[in-house]
Amino acid sequence: MVRYMLRRLVILLLSLFIAAVVLFVLLRLLPGDPANALVGVGATPEQIAAAQAQLGSDQPLSLQFLTYLGDLARFDLGNSFVSRSSVLDEISRRLSVTLPLTLASFVLALVIAIPFGILAAVKADRWYGLLLSVISQIGIAVPVFWLGILLVYEFSLNLRLLPSGGFPLRGYADPGRAIESMVLPVLTIAIVMSASLMRYVRAATLEVLGSDFLRTARALGESHTGALMRHGLRNAAVPVVSVLGIELSTTFLGAVVVEQVFSLPGMGSMLLLGIQQRDYPNIQGVLIVSTLLVLLTGFLADILQRVLDPRLRKEAR
Amino acid sequence: MSTASTALPSRRRRGNATFWLGLILVGGIVLAGVVSFFWTPYALSDMAGGRLEAPSAAHWAGTDRLGRDLFTQLMIGARIALIVGCGAVGIGAVIGVATGILAAFATRFLDDALAAFFDILIAFPTLLIAMLVVAAREEASLGTAILALGIGLSPIVGRITRILTKQVLGQDYITAARVSGTSWGAIVYWHILPNIVPFLGVNLALQFGLAVMAEASLSYLGLGAPPPNASWGRMLQEAQGTVYTAPWGAILPGLALFALVIGINLLADGLRDRFDPARRDG
Repeated sequence: MVRYMLRRLVILLLSLFIAAVVLFVLLRLLPGDPANALVGVGATPEQIAAAQAQLGSDQPLSLQFLTYLGDLARFDLGNSFVSRSSVLDEISRRLSVTLPLTLASFVLALVIAIPFGILAAVKADRWYGLLLSVISQIGIAVPVFWLGILLVYEFSLNLRLLPSGGFPLRGYADPGRAIESMVLPVLTIAIVMSASLMRYVRAATLEVLGSDFLRTARALGESHTGALMRHGLRNAAVPVVSVLGIELSTTFLGAVVVEQVFSLPGMGSMLLLGIQQRDYPNIQGVLIVSTLLVLLTGFLADILQRVLDPRLRKEAR
Repeated sequence: MSTASTALPSRRRRGNATFWLGLILVGGIVLAGVVSFFWTPYALSDMAGGRLEAPSAAHWAGTDRLGRDLFTQLMIGARIALIVGCGAVGIGAVIGVATGILAAFATRFLDDALAAFFDILIAFPTLLIAMLVVAAREEASLGTAILALGIGLSPIVGRITRILTKQVLGQDYITAARVSGTSWGAIVYWHILPNIVPFLGVNLALQFGLAVMAEASLSYLGLGAPPPNASWGRMLQEAQGTVYTAPWGAILPGLALFALVIGINLLADGLRDRFDPARRDG
């Protein structure tokens, strides 16, 4: 287990390194010196040269690359071109919106998907089991930002129950309004996410229902529900956990889009603003931190999977 | 537990029903997209209609806040969604199938390296890659979006191709072909491709749905094709501000997107039931 974790950790670091290289290549080697973005249109050659010296973009690429890696290793993401403030500070401020949004949506999606997914599998031959499968099929195809707009239309504009968007300026110091402004975004992501999770839960449960060990447990005198609870769920959890990492990452990305629907000041709007303003340090910072979060999630999911299933630990890898 | 003999016909019938429903949905949108090349009710830039009109005989889907016909935009949106889907899946398939087959044929070391590389790139989410490519290019365009999405999809295709190819390579008839002196190129063409295409096709259909959805997200975020193109995502972005006075403007593009994606998914499910003997026999 320890060997596996170490191996997995090496892969994690390697992945992060490759991601950093890809980012560097895409952002630096493509046309346009970031110095131009720093000084803006109509700058004199001297101003551009000064900006290049300040950014180090007049250095050879190999040296730039080493500086970049060194900065990353020290968690130094630089300063924004536009606001001149620290990118890392800005990201941690933004994450205080995006992370709660992602985690709350994810937990709600699980709360919906697990019971309904199991029900859809156990009662696959009943009309409501079939109905649940159809609903999840439909949910998977619903564009998340469209659902957001429809929910705003119904709950904010028609029923006037919840704010249509925005986040209180004072943030969580104003807890009532902060939570209110999170309700619709969380619902939006959770509904779409639960649909695809439900499909995995249903498939995993169906697999277990047809398994030999469950039949043996029944033959040994356990009730159908008892056998499913004691032996089935843990086995069904293994393949589900392996997709949870991917699903959590997808939730995070969904949050990036949904933030835009509800004009929440999270990572998504930071990235979009960065792209519009050609604010390279901000773009790079958001992408690095997002990739790190996505990779970490995959890492944790793999470890959790092995904790749940001793059979996987015996494999050669 | 029901026996196979009773389960089989109902299952096949259901598979056929989903296949046909999917075909109708996708077919309708393909028709709208193709017809948009020859005919649309109005010109895209025609602002003759009233502002935010409700659907009527003159404007089947109503008008937007500039008085442009929404049905025209929906038809052109169908065209764009299909172009993006085909383009992105095409690029993703070419890169993915080539690298996937290469990995399956390669030495142990290169194979491991490529497999790890696919896994890492898959962890890099498609939408972020697309945003990155758009950020790196000076101007957002339809081509940029297609290229970005195609690159984003390629590792997924690559991983599946690698696994499928390895399965085929383990078969006895490949050994027989090798022994009888068939070249690797001929083996890929005559044995590998025909065997992996059915499974790959189903998966590519699902990727098509993902690409269409991702393009709509990009356009919604303002990173897709620039204004003369009426992408469904951009229509949604424009209609969001007037959703209270003109809800149909926000409902219809989303419905079109939904219909295309669910249609593709149903079609893929139906195809899988036809191609996959293991699933067909229950």
